[in-house]
Amino acid sequence: MKLLVCVKRVVDFNVKIRVKPDGSGVELANIKMSMNPFDEIAVEEAVRLKEQGKVTEIVAVSIGPQQAGETIRTALAMGADRGILVKTDATVEPLAVAKILAKVVEQEKPDLVIMGKQAIDDDANQTGQMLAALLGWPQGTFAFKVAVGEGSIDVTREVDGGLQTVGLKLPAIVTTDLRLNEPRYASLPNIMKAKKKPLDETSPETLGIDVSPRLKVIKTVEPGGRKAGVKVGSVAELVQKLKVEAGVL
Amino acid sequence: MPSYKAPLDDVLFLINDVFPLDGYNHLDAFAEVTPELAGAVLTEAARITEEAFAPLNATGDRQGCRRDSAGSVRTPEGFAEAYGAFVKGGWVGLATPPDYGGQGLPYTFAAIVNEFASSANMALAMYPGLTQGAIAAILLHGTAEQKALYLPPMVSGAWTGTMNLTEPQCGTDLGLIRTKAERKGDGTYAITGTKIFISAGEHDLAGNIVHLVLARVEGAPSGTKGLSLFIVPKFMAANGGVRGARNRVSCGSIEDKMGIHGNATCVMNYEGATGWLLGEENRGLNAMFTMMNEARLGVGIQGLALSEVAYQNAATYARERLQGRALTGAAFPAQAADPIIVHPDVRRTLLSIKAFNAAARALVVWTSLKADVARQATDEAERQAAEDHLGLLTPVIKGVLTDIGFDNTVKAQQMFGGHGYIVETGVEQFVRDARIAMLYEGANGIQAIDLVGRKLPRDAGRAMLAFFAEVSGFLKENAAHDGVQPYVAGMKTALDHLQDASMWFMRNALGKPDNAGAGSTDYMHLFGLVALGYMSLRIAKAAADKLAAARAANDDSATGPMEARLTTTRFFMERMLPETAVRLNRVTAGAEGIMAMPAEMF
Ligand SMILES: Cc1cc2nc3c(=O)[nH]c(=O)nc-3n(C[C@H](O)[C@H](O)[C@H](O)COP(=O)(O)OP(=O)(O)OC[C@H]3O[C@@H](n4cnc5c(N)ncnc54)[C@H](O)[C@@H]3O)c2cc1C
Ligand SMILES: Cc1cc2nc3c(=O)[nH]c(=O)nc-3n(C[C@H](O)[C@H](O)[C@H](O)COP(=O)(O)OP(=O)(O)OC[C@H]3O[C@@H](n4cnc5c(N)ncnc54)[C@H](O)[C@@H]3O)c2cc1C
Repeated sequence: MKLLVCVKRVVDFNVKIRVKPDGSGVELANIKMSMNPFDEIAVEEAVRLKEQGKVTEIVAVSIGPQQAGETIRTALAMGADRGILVKTDATVEPLAVAKILAKVVEQEKPDLVIMGKQAIDDDANQTGQMLAALLGWPQGTFAFKVAVGEGSIDVTREVDGGLQTVGLKLPAIVTTDLRLNEPRYASLPNIMKAKKKPLDETSPETLGIDVSPRLKVIKTVEPGGRKAGVKVGSVAELVQKLKVEAGVL
Repeated sequence: MPSYKAPLDDVLFLINDVFPLDGYNHLDAFAEVTPELAGAVLTEAARITEEAFAPLNATGDRQGCRRDSAGSVRTPEGFAEAYGAFVKGGWVGLATPPDYGGQGLPYTFAAIVNEFASSANMALAMYPGLTQGAIAAILLHGTAEQKALYLPPMVSGAWTGTMNLTEPQCGTDLGLIRTKAERKGDGTYAITGTKIFISAGEHDLAGNIVHLVLARVEGAPSGTKGLSLFIVPKFMAANGGVRGARNRVSCGSIEDKMGIHGNATCVMNYEGATGWLLGEENRGLNAMFTMMNEARLGVGIQGLALSEVAYQNAATYARERLQGRALTGAAFPAQAADPIIVHPDVRRTLLSIKAFNAAARALVVWTSLKADVARQATDEAERQAAEDHLGLLTPVIKGVLTDIGFDNTVKAQQMFGGHGYIVETGVEQFVRDARIAMLYEGANGIQAIDLVGRKLPRDAGRAMLAFFAEVSGFLKENAAHDGVQPYVAGMKTALDHLQDASMWFMRNALGKPDNAGAGSTDYMHLFGLVALGYMSLRIAKAAADKLAAARAANDDSATGPMEARLTTTRFFMERMLPETAVRLNRVTAGAEGIMAMPAEMF
């Protein structure tokens, strides 16, 4: 079984994000970038499936600038077999990403695609769902646990009320949630091996995908500072405030 | 709780811009190294040390190691898992040859990873650190059988190693060693004696512990010329990392000590334990010495590592702690007070640590690269020059980086005011942990004597003269360079001071060795200032070049870090380097005033 795993290069989760002075976006220059943590979980799951003998090949895909190649290398160091960089310096929105991925899927014909449920830079949580729709494949989002069967996969999902298990026919799309696994550290021998693994390069143009933005960013602002709290005298007062002032009850 | 971020940007700047690694392509260890690979390796090292080592630093300090009545030692909670992750990642064998399962990467990378690991958790980092030292000794002096038997499980980290020199009556003066070795007739020896202060002598992180023990074979000469080195495993070893019967070596007790609580410091009792000779009889000290340079470099790195982590936390605190107003008027009128980073005296303190860290890290990288050349160069002249450099700079790095590293942890603690004295804040641990590096692996006073008494005069001063020539050559070549030019005069003066002090020893110490002994610590620090000054200028040169390129490309984002590097060099040159004058004065004051005091009047 062949598996496609998608990895995005994002601002490292430790970095304190700063808005550009002109409000056109966030400061990205000279900032530490890393693999999207949800994608790390996706790679880890893929590698575990391979270690269990359920998967024979893992292909890691990233869409982004040249440096996204480093993110693919990280996936290769964790255990993916080869990489595909769809190189573009443009801002790619979820729909464009989903279209590019659909094209890659068409060429690679994987049995399973695993990707993060969202990327921590713009938290869109759309790409997996859009990809499933474009391909007409079943989807198991917010995966907490996956179990691969014969031509099928059971995905246990994190939902508001608890956990829900869905059975999907392969090929399918799985998006990962935080608790699916704990990603490994890449080992030194694997970092060295990753250097020699194949990394192909293509572009949205070559794939015939138009990535022009469909959305317009009007303004980017820092979140407001935290306001001082108030002390409540009783539970009744708290309930009253939650109802009337906060409007959450 | 203190935090730690590995200084990746600084390290990558050093290996990409200041000492570009492509100059080392002719060495095996660099054959596959590219900037991308170096980045990938060091990024993962940063991650594992930040995420797996650092969170256990304070808890490991509080818990310490515990020894049970049967003599087993438990390391603090979490150490086994973190060590396991390090082993699984293959980090112990980073720079050992692939023949024994290592990765064969540059020693320089191992030195950098050592800095990260020691900043994150020095007590934990020592377990693999000592193993690497023992591996180096077996690699150099072991027989083919010994290498096959011990190296694979040690390189993987499944087994760890130790160094057993110290005894109750014998620390600095190894000639006093009493532990004895009796020939058993089958080629092995029975080792009997007591070793003290043995780091990682007993613990629960590994399946076996390989002790390297200095002892005296029956009938051997007294003094250091009668010492031999032995391999004494805790469990007898069989090929394939299989362990057999328990050897007659045990941990009698562990020390209750000032710092590095997570590292077990053990009394080791050898009661007729079976030992295998490593190298030749009566050449044990030589065998130890061949790996001394790298081991001492490793301890010097601990000084830098503690200075770095203490600095990071002090700088963060200084940006947050509101106290007093800027002398020029409130910087943040809306707040009750300004953050203390506005105060010149706070900035002076922080910059003195920052400038040291940057230059010391460069000195470590530069010298580690020489260690790689000394290990692998096939051109004899090149190899010899690197060996000379390593011999000369090793005592300087060990002595100066640990002396100043310790001072810097105190300075960082000072930035926290009274809170720095409180355990919960976590900075006082850095002070306690940093202290040991000045003592072990040759107390710093001994490093200074090694520098003045052995390293300077060796080969008619060849190493020293080569160092002077390199620094003055750099100053000549870069006299007009933007980043260097403002400091050329100051650096020349400092180099003159060092040369004058060296000449003074030549003239005044040969017949009167007390003159050398009395001036050695000042001389070592004088040497350190010049070496660190030179490093600051190498950094400034590369930073000025990058700054010019960034400006030409209208890349505002790259200018900030480069300007900061230039400001850091400026601080070193204006406020730290001038200390060379004082040091020279002390050296040339000679020994008389020191030796005049009768012992009973102290
Ligand atoms: C936590 C810890 C871990 C250690 N780990 C190890 C280990 O793993 N393996 C091991 O073998 N040892 C280890 N040691 C021992 C350490 O290396 C010794 O403590 C060190 O060598 C100093 O020896 P000493 O304590 O006997 O001091 P001494 O030799 O008694 O020295 C006392 C003082 O006198 C000075 N002095 C001594 N001789 C001279 C001289 N000729 N000229 C000028 N000054 C002199 C020294 O500089 C020092 O300041 C460890 C020690 C500690 C505390
Ligand atoms: C064990 C212990 C016992 C104590 N006992 C007492 C006691 O009995 N009674 C009592 O009242 N207090 C006591 N203290 C408190 C002690 O006096 C304070 O900790 C001390 O005054 C420093 O204040 P701080 O800790 O708030 O540090 P901060 O004022 O926050 O100072 C932090 C750092 O910033 C620097 N700094 C601050 N302002 C400026 C400025 N304007 N210009 C330049 N640098 C500046 C300081 O030099 C320091 O390095 C005690 C503290 C300890 C740890």
